[in-house]
Amino acid sequence: MSRVDRIAEPWGSRTPYGPGESWPVRVDSYLGNGLSEDDVDRWVQSATILHSNGDGLDIAVKDGRIVGVRGRADDRVNHGRLGPKDLFGWQANNSPDRLTKPLIRRNGELVETDWDTAMEAIVGRTKQLLDEQGPSAIGFYTTGQLFLEEYYTLALIAHAGIGTNHLDGNTRLCTATAAAALKESFASDGQPGSYTDVDSASVICLYGHNVAETQSVLWTRMLDRLAGPNPPQIVCVDPRRTPVARAATVHLAPKPGTNVALMNGLLHEIIGNDWIDRDYLDAHVVGFEELEKRVQDYPPEVVAEICDVPADQLREAARIIGTAERLLSTVLQGFYQSHQATAAAVQVNNVHLVRGMLGRPGCGILQMNGQPTAENTRECGADGDMAAFRNWSNDAHVDELARIWNVDRMQIPHYAPPTHAMSIFRHVEEGSIRFLWVTATNPAVSLPELRRVRSILSQERLFLVVQDIFLTETAQLADVVLPAATWGEKTGAFTNVDRTVHLSDKAVEPPGEARADLDILLDYARRMDFRDKDGGPLVTWSDAEGAFEGWKECSRGRPCDYSGLSYARLREHNGIQWPVTEEKPDGTERLYEDGQFFAAPDYCESFGRDLITGAPLEKSEYKALNPDGKALIRAAEYLEPHEVPSEDFPFWLITGRTLYQFHTRTKTGRAPQLQAAAPDVWVELSVGDAGRLGLGEGDVLEVSTPRGSVQAGLRVSGIRDGVVFLPFHYGYWDEAGGSEPDGPGRAANELTPTDWDPVSKQPIFKTAAAAVRLIAKGGGAISPAPTTTASAPAAGSPPPTRGGAAAEAGEEVAAR
Amino acid sequence: MKIDLALEELHHSENELAGQLLTISDRHKADHEIFHVARDLAVWSQHHVREIARIGRTYDLDLDPEPEGDPTILQKLRQEMSDRLGRRSAPALLLLRDLRSIYMDASGVSVDWELVGQAAQGVRDRELLDVVQRCHPQTLRQSKWANSQLKEHATQILVS
Repeated sequence: MSRVDRIAEPWGSRTPYGPGESWPVRVDSYLGNGLSEDDVDRWVQSATILHSNGDGLDIAVKDGRIVGVRGRADDRVNHGRLGPKDLFGWQANNSPDRLTKPLIRRNGELVETDWDTAMEAIVGRTKQLLDEQGPSAIGFYTTGQLFLEEYYTLALIAHAGIGTNHLDGNTRLCTATAAAALKESFASDGQPGSYTDVDSASVICLYGHNVAETQSVLWTRMLDRLAGPNPPQIVCVDPRRTPVARAATVHLAPKPGTNVALMNGLLHEIIGNDWIDRDYLDAHVVGFEELEKRVQDYPPEVVAEICDVPADQLREAARIIGTAERLLSTVLQGFYQSHQATAAAVQVNNVHLVRGMLGRPGCGILQMNGQPTAENTRECGADGDMAAFRNWSNDAHVDELARIWNVDRMQIPHYAPPTHAMSIFRHVEEGSIRFLWVTATNPAVSLPELRRVRSILSQERLFLVVQDIFLTETAQLADVVLPAATWGEKTGAFTNVDRTVHLSDKAVEPPGEARADLDILLDYARRMDFRDKDGGPLVTWSDAEGAFEGWKECSRGRPCDYSGLSYARLREHNGIQWPVTEEKPDGTERLYEDGQFFAAPDYCESFGRDLITGAPLEKSEYKALNPDGKALIRAAEYLEPHEVPSEDFPFWLITGRTLYQFHTRTKTGRAPQLQAAAPDVWVELSVGDAGRLGLGEGDVLEVSTPRGSVQAGLRVSGIRDGVVFLPFHYGYWDEAGGSEPDGPGRAANELTPTDWDPVSKQPIFKTAAAAVRLIAKGGGAISPAPTTTASAPAAGSPPPTRGGAAAEAGEEVAAR
Repeated sequence: MKIDLALEELHHSENELAGQLLTISDRHKADHEIFHVARDLAVWSQHHVREIARIGRTYDLDLDPEPEGDPTILQKLRQEMSDRLGRRSAPALLLLRDLRSIYMDASGVSVDWELVGQAAQGVRDRELLDVVQRCHPQTLRQSKWANSQLKEHATQILVS
């Protein structure tokens, strides 16, 4: 076994392989306190959190504590590998500042209390508001980080117990557009592709997807293909010079907010050069004519002008995509959190539909997620969707769910689309939602326009419940804080980007009085005494396995069919792709083989929405458009972004993430190696812009928009001219302000606008206008930005990011 | 022949609709989707105004190709008012009323396009028919948008 500094070398050593071969096994491991594998009492199977890749791992336990992790060699997702966040992030579980007792607000202060008092306060307020106003007063804001069993129970409680449609997850910020784009093109959510498509693709296109930092093990797989014989060509669309961009055959760096124009330009070339599969289109697709007409307005020269991308580069990218033998495309936040999010993501689906590149090895679409369990938020309906990809606009589906839950159909609110997160916060703002229960997420740092968000959450008239493992910025504003158990301290299943289901077993007890999120929800349901229509308990299970069995029945016959899975099966073989049925017990590698879709009008999850206005289509419209349940091509015109640079705010502002941190750093900020690698907020400018303004490495800059300002140390990076970048991870929990700035702001969301995609309702974090001003020269100071990633220096020579001995992890390459 | 009258009416009603969309946008700035999408949709009507003025010349009409502007000061004032009232629930009923009137107005414009479309076929004016076929679907999308926003907002506003 060799040892590698995995902060300095985030993707570890290369194990090259060729097209069609199996990815070699490399087992990564890290144990704390100088322990060796001989010291470990037992290993407990699980999968990774802190990103959406779902890498199989075992948790090392010694003396009742988690002491490390090791990748699972036989897992289909990672073949043993782990990323830096997986190797080091588990240490946060053992952090001394974990919440261990419930807290309640008394005379303005949060004080410790017991579970009975905390839960009775929550139940009391719920009942009072149900009496006074009804279900419309109650809202739930959840996450992409609980387990499947918890989401399904929460969806049941909210939709059938309370009867409110105010239920959404922070998945609205990360993966809503992935789901919306799939619903537009295939009339149902469900990831078409598989990670194994990387093994045989001849071209991989990454659209606004810095996979090297967001799913580092997936990038490792791509790097190993790039290092092997007959490597794939890479097309990268990103305004930053990411590790992906550096490895790309063609790197397109468009102006923020112009993705739809760019995609229409690519499609213009692909269709114009007849790089299309007529037979596939005729047999399996509706709507091609509209696209053909639409893209006529987007020849390369016009697109080059809109996007500020050279026309020849655009043509070259289109040629690579258009002539690819096996095309894999992935999409993430560069599209999802930008202007016209869904319209742009849908055009990526369109590329595959016109080229007939779907449902075969190497030919796949991966509309990515950001969080480890976001897929389950979507499936279970905790993002407001109807459980198991049922259709809110189809009365037969509502009846079916009412039968499964044994409730009257009127109890399930289906009169309008579910209330999305941004709208839930709007209802809290105007005072019609008066009870908000936040589970495992931190809106006081992660939502846009933080000054507004803080003022909404700290209203006297709002009863705010926060369930978390640390006293986050949001928890500090709560009326009741519930201490939760986390990964490793509870059992449950979760599903990654490519539909791989893992079971994560409980390894250790949670600290103090902290409880599993499922147990908290079950306790609430018991105290609320939710009943079905025959007077029996609404929630019929009392543990995670029972919830999983309930979910299996709910999902039976739907696209995300889990009916052939069980805890026993997952303990014997962890990591199986849904749908899994009795007929297909080993799961399903790819959806949409042979051009068969879930799109029949009576079966599909969604009739789609207008890509510009967001208005839902009626059933009759959909039936007329797509009676035979084919895939749908939907075209869209480019619209100018809502906020563009001006004289006062001359830069484009985009926000994003770094490899070493996750979300608002509640866990990664407490893992010493990760926190040291990216300790504080920084700001990036291009070489050209920094030179023009006379700015250099380490200078302290103020970045401002009409919403607020942030101060940060400058890194001159490979970002395109005219764009300023801020990472969004850095809030105030480890600063004097606690929940808000005490002095200059540091959270990027002080600056972002309240605006969202009308189709997916995903907030826009990557299209705004900002000003930049020098506060103090750096005088030799070093920006806290990592040098190993997209924030690598393009000028000056700051010392390289290293983890040293503390970050050395094991690496064992299996003999082939 | 009365096509000129129909076009004049359409030019007027599209101008009105564009103004209405901008007004509802300003008045409901704290409802961010209304604010942004109504502005995007106003651009469609403004574009229609230009198209109608252009094609109107064939029928000896001298219609203003510039959409009627919205005085900036009034606009700013409305936006500030709506920001300040954003914490109250009373303006919510006003939102339903405003969306209702957009829905009605857009439906009216849609009928106007149908009339012009019928006339265009009668006189076999391909160019005019082409304008109708490009613009009318957008009008329908405007009214569907207003209708969908009504459905989305009505329950919460009326029951709370």
